[in-house]
Amino acid sequence: MRISKMLRLLTTSVVMIGTIALVSGCKSMIVFDPKGPIGSQQRDLINITMLLCLIILVPVMLIFAWIVWRFRDRKGNDAPYQPVWSHSTKLEVIWWSIPIIVILILALVTAHYTYALDPAKPIASDKKAVTIQATSLDWKWLFQYPDQGIATVNYLVIPAKTPIKFELTSDGPMNSFWVPQLGGMIYTMSGMATTMFLQADELGNYMGTGANFTGRDFAKMGFTTKAIAQADFDKWVNDAKASGNALSEEGYQTLAMPGTSEQMTFASIPDGLFHRIVHEYSMSRGAPPGYTRKAQTLSGEKKAEHTEGGQLPPGNGAQKDSPDMSSTGPGHAIQMLDHHTHMNHGK
Amino acid sequence: MFYMMEDIGSFVSWFFVTGDPLIYGADVAITLTSVAIIFVLTFFGKWGWLYREWLTTVDHKRVGIMYIIAALLMLFRGGVDALMMRTQLAFPNMEFLAPEHYNEVFTTHGVIMILFMAMPLMFGLFNIAVPLQLGARDVAFPFLNSLSFWLFFMGAMLFNMSFVIGGSPNAGWLSYPPLSEMTGSPGVGEDFYIWGIQISGIGSLMTGINFIVTIVKMRAPGMTWSRVPIFTWSVLSSCIAIIVAFPVLTVTLALLFLDRYLGAHFFTMDGGGNSMMFVNLIWMWGHPEVYIVVLPAFGIFSEVVAAFSKKRLFGYGSMVFAMLSISIMAYFTWLHHFFTMGSGANVNLFFAISTMIIAIPTGVKIFNWLFTMFRGRISFTTPMLWTIAFIPCFIVGGMTGVMLSVAPADFQFHNSYFLIAHFHQVLIGGVAFGYFAGLYYWWPKMFGFKLNETIGKWAFWIWNIGFYVCFFPQYIVGLDGMTRRLSSYSWDTGWWAMNFTSTIGGFLMGIGFLFQVWQIAHSIKFMEKDTTGDPWGARTLEWSIPSPAPLYNFATTPLVTDRDDWWEEKERIAAGKMPKDKPRLEPIHMPKNSPIPFIQSVCWFIVGFGLVFHWLWIAIPGFIGIALTLLAHSFNYDTDYYIPVDEIRQTEANAGRSV
Amino acid sequence: MAHAHNHAFAHEGGHDGHHDLEELRKFGFWIFLITDLILFSTLFATYLVIHENTAGGPDAKEIFELPGVIVETFILLTSSFTSGLAVLAMNAGSQKGLVGWLIVTILLGASFVGMEVTEFLKLIHEGHTIHSSAFLSGFFTLVGTHGLHVSLGICWITALIIQLSRYGITEVTQRKVHITSIYWHFLDAVWIFVFTVVYLMGVM
Repeated sequence: MRISKMLRLLTTSVVMIGTIALVSGCKSMIVFDPKGPIGSQQRDLINITMLLCLIILVPVMLIFAWIVWRFRDRKGNDAPYQPVWSHSTKLEVIWWSIPIIVILILALVTAHYTYALDPAKPIASDKKAVTIQATSLDWKWLFQYPDQGIATVNYLVIPAKTPIKFELTSDGPMNSFWVPQLGGMIYTMSGMATTMFLQADELGNYMGTGANFTGRDFAKMGFTTKAIAQADFDKWVNDAKASGNALSEEGYQTLAMPGTSEQMTFASIPDGLFHRIVHEYSMSRGAPPGYTRKAQTLSGEKKAEHTEGGQLPPGNGAQKDSPDMSSTGPGHAIQMLDHHTHMNHGK
Repeated sequence: MFYMMEDIGSFVSWFFVTGDPLIYGADVAITLTSVAIIFVLTFFGKWGWLYREWLTTVDHKRVGIMYIIAALLMLFRGGVDALMMRTQLAFPNMEFLAPEHYNEVFTTHGVIMILFMAMPLMFGLFNIAVPLQLGARDVAFPFLNSLSFWLFFMGAMLFNMSFVIGGSPNAGWLSYPPLSEMTGSPGVGEDFYIWGIQISGIGSLMTGINFIVTIVKMRAPGMTWSRVPIFTWSVLSSCIAIIVAFPVLTVTLALLFLDRYLGAHFFTMDGGGNSMMFVNLIWMWGHPEVYIVVLPAFGIFSEVVAAFSKKRLFGYGSMVFAMLSISIMAYFTWLHHFFTMGSGANVNLFFAISTMIIAIPTGVKIFNWLFTMFRGRISFTTPMLWTIAFIPCFIVGGMTGVMLSVAPADFQFHNSYFLIAHFHQVLIGGVAFGYFAGLYYWWPKMFGFKLNETIGKWAFWIWNIGFYVCFFPQYIVGLDGMTRRLSSYSWDTGWWAMNFTSTIGGFLMGIGFLFQVWQIAHSIKFMEKDTTGDPWGARTLEWSIPSPAPLYNFATTPLVTDRDDWWEEKERIAAGKMPKDKPRLEPIHMPKNSPIPFIQSVCWFIVGFGLVFHWLWIAIPGFIGIALTLLAHSFNYDTDYYIPVDEIRQTEANAGRSV
Repeated sequence: MAHAHNHAFAHEGGHDGHHDLEELRKFGFWIFLITDLILFSTLFATYLVIHENTAGGPDAKEIFELPGVIVETFILLTSSFTSGLAVLAMNAGSQKGLVGWLIVTILLGASFVGMEVTEFLKLIHEGHTIHSSAFLSGFFTLVGTHGLHVSLGICWITALIIQLSRYGITEVTQRKVHITSIYWHFLDAVWIFVFTVVYLMGVM
């Protein structure tokens, strides 16, 4: 009696919460509200897999509820009781084959979409793809437009209805580039460049984010993707070029230091910077300055101590802390401790 | 003099974690608890008892109890971590935890829940049930078993120490380099991570070996492979996975440590290192690890569902086949944890399909559980309630798992809260529910009394409602673009409502846990003694002996003639037939207690601590201690004794049995 | 499936329990060897992934000197043979022969380790350390792990020789000799792979 009441309570509350959640959530679930061809196909694929899963889930849940109800142990339950019955080849064959069939269908669907949605596959279009070279830094995104010769930090501007070829790398810990409404993500990894094609079909501002944890200010790695008309895009490029704020080689090195950043626009970029990021810089980064083997303290003063590392304007010697960890090597941690002690003696 | 004082001062502030009232509070709590424990032990004169009965024991039942106590403590800590995270995420732009602190909290939450909660709880249940189900005196290597426990315990202590000394790890529960290298995490936290897991991992590996040998070689006479209880089968398949997966973890962590300590270049950004190699290696361990913890839970559900449906387990053969095939296939799916690495369509497709295939045997098991209940008589005791709650929860979790396995769709799920919701659904709904069921089920066999059912049911309902309230919103917020490990979010994301709901659910689960604590305390106080040895009317050999099991387990070795041997015996007696003949009592050969496992594990702790701080002057004495204890054990030929017949007769008589 | 092996821990309660226990331990050791094999496989896999990442430093061809390694290989192969002779002597009941061959085995093992240490020291002296490149990290770790295993084996057999002189050939010491012998052969087999994969393939 009590149990059935409780079961009912559970079911009702779950259903209620589920409904509320779905009603309030559905409108805004951006994965289900794609604005480009890749995102749309991924949404279709998610719907197909959900449907295939539900085909099994719903009947099994109903059978489950019925069995638990029908065969409960109470006086006067007239349901059959067969304590020794424990094998039926026929039944076993049935329930081995149901999942096998569903998985087979799903595997075929997956195979089709895996090739169709290979991120490195160009999107068919009569327009030439715009290349954007994205670099995840600690803790900001640098987007270079090699053909336009400009760069941005922490925001993206793309022409709508045009394929965008993203070349992705990292000059720091591994991150992941994700603009859910345009399509799924790909990792950014140091020492290599991955490729992903995306496209926006509608104008609008889309949320972008880093999706793989990279340390302290990982939460600040969100960026906006603005999809605008081609003419506006050209105008924006020209404005950026006219702004006069050039990204120098040193400027990049400062930018790459750990720290958060506001949105920035650069009128020019050094030649071959992306290539050097992939093949030289990310391969040779030692410990960033200001990092010590000191225990993590959680007070405000410590936080202030290493927040500003990556702030521009460039070239002003933003290295606040002495670069005492610039070399990695055997026993460097011990050297560190010594250094720490020496500084105290010096006072 | 002044400089010396200042040096000491700066050392202390470097050595101890400072700057946060939460941590100072914890410091005080830890000190007070330690003082209280020492006081109680001294006041009641219990030091000798602690040493003789627990620290030096090699009895599998006591080792099991120690595992379980440690695991419940770790569940508490991991749970507090979880609630701190949920509090931080309850509102946008919360400043309850600073980002550094939040990163530490989610890292330790993951590590503790998997490695220091699920693993020891699982090993505890292995220890309690397997030798008894087999009709054996103990595990194959009781000394090694005790060593495994103490290694786990010292590893866990080392890891937890980072909370107050040196600083916690903060690079995620799998510590991907280059973030976890010196360049990204120069603090000692990652070294605590490496050595805490390494030391306890060696213990886990030895447990895997131990139980494989126990199950293969120590089954009671007549227990053919087709009569082995299903939980024991699940333990065997889990242990097979352990011995293949854990060496990979050992190597991976060792290489990461070489990178950090000697400046090697396995996973670094510079020097030709390859950080993706770490990701591959860690998941070659990490994915089987998931099955290592879930297979025994499947075994528990199978035992419980048969016992409380008063019916034979349906499809025993296909259950065993399913579990063994899962334990083998678990090695061919690791790449589905990083489809988004850009490995190309062929590779992704291979791992997508291998992942889907593993869903087949898992799904089949669900049908077998359903049809065990079908035409049975289901009684809703607490172990059975957790089993019943598990089935729908695991179906949904399995389905979202299949959705995640579709590689191109995974590009939209990966590292989002959808993934978080999925694996909590299978790990809580599968593993935690399973171990709770096992804990309630075998509790009378461990302690000789049952846990209070009414409070247990309250705990059950609060837990379950809390679970769905906590994790369903996370699926939604994940599809809304919220990624894992975010320490805060802003109002304009629109994620607040879901996160707030989820936080409420998290706290409900916390209340459920408090109910369980109350349940245990209440049951100890108003103990309902189990005098039958078989309080549930269950089916396997462990229920044929008194509760709690005597030191030697079985007065005479049982002769097994059926799969549910004890159930059939009861049926025979009920039908008025003669019970099976019991052999004559003989002296029982037992292993002697030994302090070496404890001492050696303390030495490992010292080694770990020294290497964490790169202080060889601490590590080297620890190594010497390990070497000496190894030699001491090797030279000890006095390891066993016999329990005389009279003593066995006396013990059995005290439990109300004549032999 | 196969019949149950009922070699339980003194199941019959009688005094023949020791024999079963020794069987159990041998079986356990085989399982341990599987884990050790996986450990080495992982190290080999790691080495193969990174052995070309020399980061501008020297590659295998430039630093390996095959003649020394071939001598090492022969020493270790011979020690494997002598450890087999030790077991034969034990089976023939000759404690003297057993201890003698075990001493020869550890002496050969020690000279193998000695040569390896010399090779490492020479490399380090020339500036090729574990820190130089991924290739050298992999090399030192894989070969070093094997060397560490051999060194542990030497300590183990030494302890066993002392026990043999104290207790003679009993069921327990017999099992220990068997196990160390299996371990030694295993390390020999691993070395063959190290020799082939690291040195031969490196130089060719």
